[in-house]
Amino acid sequence: MKTIWGRLWTIFLVPVVLFVLWLVVSADSSNFFFPALAKILAAFRDTWLCGSGAAEIAPSLWRLAVGFLAAFAFALVAGVILGSSKVARDYTEPVFEFFRAIPPTVMIPVLLVISGIGDASKIAVISLGCVWPMLLNTIEGVRSVDSVLKDTCSVYRIHGLRRLLVLTLPAASPQIVTGMRTGLSIGIILMVISEMFASRNGIGFTIIQFQRTFAIPEMWSGILLLGIIGVVLSLLMRLFEMSVLHWYEGARERS
Amino acid sequence: MTMNDPRAGEARSRDPMLAIRQLRKVYDGSGRTVEAIRDVTFSLDEGELVCIVGPSGAGKTTLLRCIAGLLEPTSGEVMLAGKPIAGPSPGMAVVFQEYGRSLFPWMRVRQNVELPLKEKGKSPEERRRLVDESLEAVGLRDAREAYPWQLSGGMQQRVAIARAIAYEPKVLLMDEPFASVDAQTRAELEDLVRAIWVRLGVTIVFVTHDIDESVYLGERVVVLSASPTTVMQDVPIDLGSVRSQLETRADPRFGQLRGQIYALIKDAKHQV
Ligand SMILES: Nc1ncnc2c1ncn2[C@@H]1O[C@H](COP(=O)(O)OP(=O)(O)OP(=O)(O)O)[C@@H](O)[C@H]1O
Ligand SMILES: [Mg+2]
Repeated sequence: MKTIWGRLWTIFLVPVVLFVLWLVVSADSSNFFFPALAKILAAFRDTWLCGSGAAEIAPSLWRLAVGFLAAFAFALVAGVILGSSKVARDYTEPVFEFFRAIPPTVMIPVLLVISGIGDASKIAVISLGCVWPMLLNTIEGVRSVDSVLKDTCSVYRIHGLRRLLVLTLPAASPQIVTGMRTGLSIGIILMVISEMFASRNGIGFTIIQFQRTFAIPEMWSGILLLGIIGVVLSLLMRLFEMSVLHWYEGARERS
Repeated sequence: MTMNDPRAGEARSRDPMLAIRQLRKVYDGSGRTVEAIRDVTFSLDEGELVCIVGPSGAGKTTLLRCIAGLLEPTSGEVMLAGKPIAGPSPGMAVVFQEYGRSLFPWMRVRQNVELPLKEKGKSPEERRRLVDESLEAVGLRDAREAYPWQLSGGMQQRVAIARAIAYEPKVLLMDEPFASVDAQTRAELEDLVRAIWVRLGVTIVFVTHDIDESVYLGERVVVLSASPTTVMQDVPIDLGSVRSQLETRADPRFGQLRGQIYALIKDAKHQV
């Protein structure tokens, strides 16, 4: 067992080294497009921490949260139904494969035409993009519930809602969580891109504004912010995973 | 026992605890039909411990799944205490061969044992008592807060047994439950089954492909033929009710019975 310091050392060594390297190497950069990191950090503070940008973070995260959670709820319900019924699966599989093959970004112009520049279109794009990995993983997870466990439940006459709660969902949870992780990273990408295409607020919108006005350090600071948001969200995801799947990790270590 | 209501005795003699009549099962799928069981008839009185042996592929698992109500027979019927069963019945519990896969890995040992009791509508106090008693009976009191995957194979199978007896079934079905544990553990678990049977008086159907095991455990051994499966013989095991791994297995009568069943099964294979 490593000490907490040992663990922090392992986690932070490489990022810190890279950060310092960037700081030093770029210190007296005169390239307009690759400004010194110090400048970017100053812009970061002025824009996102105490400047006008701070108000742009919430709308982005809000749309991401709504889009992601709506997709998750749909994927869970549809996934459980389709995963439990071979007939339903056989009918729907080809359609899903088709939709999944369409890159969700190409839906942006379509949705803009339909629902305009408001929140709804961007939330729809985010949902449409991240629903597929979650749906397909849930179907697969529900479908492959161990047959001996199913028999065990049948023998003890565990049916309906209780069976869903004690058997199906826990058994499928490793796959469901895998789908959520993929879905979330797709969601973040779509959050930014949809704002870049058509929006009046949000992080993606702000970054594009900076780029158009040649506010290069500010533009870079936006990219930095997205990186940080990505790391924080995946950390939250990891915490969620550890609380839901502790048994899975333990069982896997044993075998 | 003699003070029992005579009518209760009569009812028992009319209806065996478990009766399998002319059971036939044909698997019909993907162009291949398999007659797993042709014609099987036997019955168990209340409190009997009967072993079923047969060569591999004889349809032992199929038979057990039909009895458990997990599988619909093609024809024939299974009666539990005089009533035909359709689907899993609250009076039966099953211990599967695959102990590693029959426990819920996301639940602690205690929760695994308790789960069926919740469905049965037992009160929390009663559930706690049943869980404690059954874990005690299989010698796993200290493991109640462990997860199944933290236990050895033999211990996992004990948990499955504890779960089955906590359910207080009328009939306990066991499908080659010890086929994949080591010899030492296996001997211990065999004695555990005998001990539970003596203590609880539950009716047990124990399926195995191991002839020695069937003679050591059973009060009767039902010998199945090879596929297409019928009952070859119903052999009473007159080894007394107290068995011990050392003495019973050294008993000349044990050797005789074992030899008799070996010969039957060898015949069964020749007939094919
Ligand atoms: N779901 C199924 N579909 C089709 N055929 C099956 C199915 N299950 C079993 N069978 C066939 O039925 C026959 C009996 O199988 P079963 O598993 O009941 O035998 P068994 O006596 O339990 O064998 P073993 O000792 O190896 O466990 C076999 O020929 C097998 O191929
Ligand atoms: Mg079998």
